[in-house]
Parts: sequence; C-alpha cells; structure tokens
Amino acid sequence: MNHFPEAWGRPRNDVYGAYDHSYLQTTGPKAHTSSPAVTGTSVVGVKFNGGVAIATDNLASYGSLARFSDVKRLRTFGDKAIVGFGGDVSDMQYLDRLLASMDINENYSPRGNMLNAKNLHTYLAKVFYKRRSEFNPLWNHVLVAGFDGEGEPFLSSADLLGTTFSAPHLATGFGAHLAVPILRRKFPEGMPLEEISQEDAVQALKDCLKVLFYRDARSIDKYSIAVVTKDGIDLKEDEQIQGQSWAFAERIKGYGAQTV
Amino acid sequence: MTSIGTGYDLSNSVFSPDGRNFQVEYAVKAVENGGTAIGIRCKDGVVLAVEKIVTSKLLKAGANKRIASVDRHVGIVSAGLVPDGRHFVSRARDEASSWRSTYKGPIPTSALANRLGGYVQAYTLYSSVRPFGITAIVGGWDSEAELPVDGQVGTGPKSGSGGKVEGAKAGGPGLYMIEPSGLYWGYYGAATGKGRQTAKAELEKLDLSAGNLSLVDGVKEAARIIYVAHEDSKDKDFELEMTWISSVDGPTKGRHEEVPKELFDEAEKAAKQSMVGDDEEEEEKTQGEQMEE
Repeated sequence: MNHFPEAWGRPRNDVYGAYDHSYLQTTGPKAHTSSPAVTGTSVVGVKFNGGVAIATDNLASYGSLARFSDVKRLRTFGDKAIVGFGGDVSDMQYLDRLLASMDINENYSPRGNMLNAKNLHTYLAKVFYKRRSEFNPLWNHVLVAGFDGEGEPFLSSADLLGTTFSAPHLATGFGAHLAVPILRRKFPEGMPLEEISQEDAVQALKDCLKVLFYRDARSIDKYSIAVVTKDGIDLKEDEQIQGQSWAFAERIKGYGAQTV
Repeated sequence: MTSIGTGYDLSNSVFSPDGRNFQVEYAVKAVENGGTAIGIRCKDGVVLAVEKIVTSKLLKAGANKRIASVDRHVGIVSAGLVPDGRHFVSRARDEASSWRSTYKGPIPTSALANRLGGYVQAYTLYSSVRPFGITAIVGGWDSEAELPVDGQVGTGPKSGSGGKVEGAKAGGPGLYMIEPSGLYWGYYGAATGKGRQTAKAELEKLDLSAGNLSLVDGVKEAARIIYVAHEDSKDKDFELEMTWISSVDGPTKGRHEEVPKELFDEAEKAAKQSMVGDDEEEEEKTQGEQMEE
C-alpha cells in the first residue's frame, strides 16, 4: 500500500486503475484577464519650475457606461510622490495596496519613506513588465509625478507592457492624442522648465481636461488635480470643469436622427 | 523557589507539582535585568519610552533604536533579550500585514496584542523551544475617523445611511503589556525592566485612569520617569528613546513616530532638572535635620 501523502484520499491504482487525466480537462490554454473591465481614461501631467502638476477625471467606465463618477485615480505615495492611474480600476486598487504596503515597510525605519518618485516609477515599470511576461498583465497606464534623486521635478509614464517614457509633459489614454498636442503648443520643445510657472501648468491641465471632456466620450467633468512641490502634495479630489461652452456642438452633424 | 533543583525546571512546558512552569519564571528573570521600558496611555495618544543602557563607548549615539513601528499606528518597546524583542517585532509586523491583506485596513491594537499574546504563549508549550525573554509594551492608536478600505477609490451614494450608525464612537488609544508567559493586560500605564517598581510607583501618581493627562505632558512625564527609574543603576550610562502616537487630529495624525527633537530635548532637560531638584531637596532636608540636632 502506498503511504505517501500524494496518494492520500485518492482511489487506489491497484483497485481502480490509474487515473485518467483526460477527464476534467479545461478546453484551451489557461487564460488570464485579457481585457480590462472597469476603466479610467486619460491622466495628464506637466512639469513646471519647482514641481509637477497632474490631473485625471473622476470617472470609472464599465464599457461605455459611466458607471462610477467619484473615483479617485490620483494616489499619493509618501509625501512627495503621486501616481495617476489610467486603465483597469481593480488593477489600480491592487497596485494601490501594493504601494501602501511598501510605504508601511519603508516607514519601519525612523528615517521614513526614502523612495522618491523616480524609484517608484522604476519599481512600477518592473512590476508591469513582470506581469506582462507572465501573460497576466496589470491593465494600466500610469504617470508617476514627484522628484528624482537630485531633487529635480520628475514625470514619467509606465504602461501595461512595462514600457517607460519620459517627457516634460505627458498624457495617457485618449489624452495622449488630444492633450499632448495642446501641451506641446503651450510649452514648445526647448522651452526651459524655469519659464513654466505653477499657475501656467495648472491652467494648462485644466484646459486639457476641458478638451478631453468635450471630445472623449469616456470622460466626465469632475476631476482631481494634484501639485507636487518641495512643500509636499496639494491634492484636490472634487473639482468641476469650469467655463464649458458647447456652442461648437451645434455645428456637429451626422449623428442620431438628424435629417439636415 | 523551594522547588528549584528538583528537576522540574530543566525542560520547557513541564509543570512542577505545585503548578509552576519554571522556564517561564526564568524568562521573567531575564526581563528584570533589561533597561526600563514604559508606556503611558494619555487622553489623546500614547507615549513609549525606554532607558537604553549604553554598553560601549564605541556605539553611535542615537543609533540602534529599541522602539519599533508596526504598521503605521502601532509601536512596540520591550525589556529583556534584545534579539527576542526583534523577533517579536518581526512577528507583529507579519500579523499586521496579514490582517491588512485579509481585512483591507489597519489592525486594531487590541487584536494585535491578542495575536502576539497567543504567539508568546505558544513558546511555553513545547520542549523544543524556550519562552521569550522579553516583556513587550504595545502602544497604538485606532483611528476614530471613518477609514476608507485599503485601495478604496470612491465613496458611494451621498444619500441614505448606508447602514451606518449615527454618532457611534470608535477608536482611541491602546496600551498592552505582554509577558513571557503570554499573559497580557491592557494598561493605563505600563512599566517593565530593571526600574519597573520605581516607574510603576511614579505612573500610579499620575492618576491616568481619570483620562486628564495630555499627550505632550505624557511625553514629559515619560522622560522624567525613565530618569527617576535610572537612579538605581546610576553607574551605567544610558540614552533615552521616546516615540508617540497621537489622535488623528493630533501632532502625529494617528501615526507612530519618534518624538520630535524640540519636544524631546525639552522633556529630557526638564527630566534632568527634576533630578537635580530632588537631590537639592534631599540635601536641604538632611541639612535641616542636622540643624535641628
């Protein structure tokens, strides 16, 4: 008689014959989540003289349904870094908990959390890359804002494949198409960071969010905006897009039941 | 200890005929030689303090911390074998993080004390292990504010009660002391280590159960008590180490942190002064007595 633990509770081979593994087979290969479910749209960020500003709207969509309208997609890490999440909201929650546990571990030392935004970005990109290599990606595109090791403003992106990209102004999702051209016009290439004030950066983000609300059907006019400076993070999570004008919509033809 | 030498103290988890576990009692002896550690439960927070005996002049001042953070809102200080204390803290951190992964929120101080008590007690049950040579003081603040679940992104509907009870009070300070037997109680003021008797006497004078002592005053008292308790082992150098946890609207925002340098220096200075003052009073008294003679 076989006394090894792997045989416990199984029908005896000498009585019933060897187990036929062709029973209980799943059809096809093991499949991980291959599409996001509840999603957030664009994240927009701009570096300015002495810090970084970053903004998202407060919507989580379920397909084309505007499902949750008070979702906080800007998450703080320590007192000088912020992550803006686009993409799957449940994966964002997973990453948020991951970052929270990392923050707790960092604070076991009396020196406190020593990880800056650049370290955080490197870490997140590696997490994304590991998960995509396991064919089990975290379906997000994030912007990380804060400071690097030299104390310079830092803004960089990481996506679900682990791709990283850095620029003085960045946007994810629809914003990559609609907001980046606006930001490039406001802050042309070669414009030194010293010439961009905090007010200019914040105003640029608000302008971008307004255009995104006009043109991105998965967006909403409630938004969160955060400014990271040496003094810390100023995070506002319950803002409303001001000065909307839908006059241009009059001229849009070709949808719905219009006949002319 | 009349039963010593009768063989009942040679193995852990063995009772003597009169119902004692000698290995646990010997562990308590290890604690009684450690530097004094105290905890004070104030009305708006908790203070932890320890007398860190400096064993060598080659040790860096202010390094080698003896009070550790667990999660964000709990601190642990212990007296006795330092490595046992470190292992104890490591276990506490594992418990706090496992609580978070299950319940998506911070572990209540009472629940942490309960789990740690169970863990320490298990080390009195088996002949393959020895009991912990520490008595640990666990201080924490359970948030009185309504905390979001970890990873929560929204707040839900604005109308309706959502099953919430109006005006329900939650949270507050927690202070527990866990002994080598696994026994733990909740305390208003806890003291362990070499100077515990003196420290306990001083703590009793504070009338902590009345709930009037503020956190800042608690810090000053803690510093003073450590200095008073050090009188018995005056020949040894020591460093004072203090941490605190305030309420959510207090100076540490519900987090366990080192007492800031300014307040620490003020408290330590006042403590040293009170010692000098005591000496002078005693001298005056003796002089007075002599005069009478």
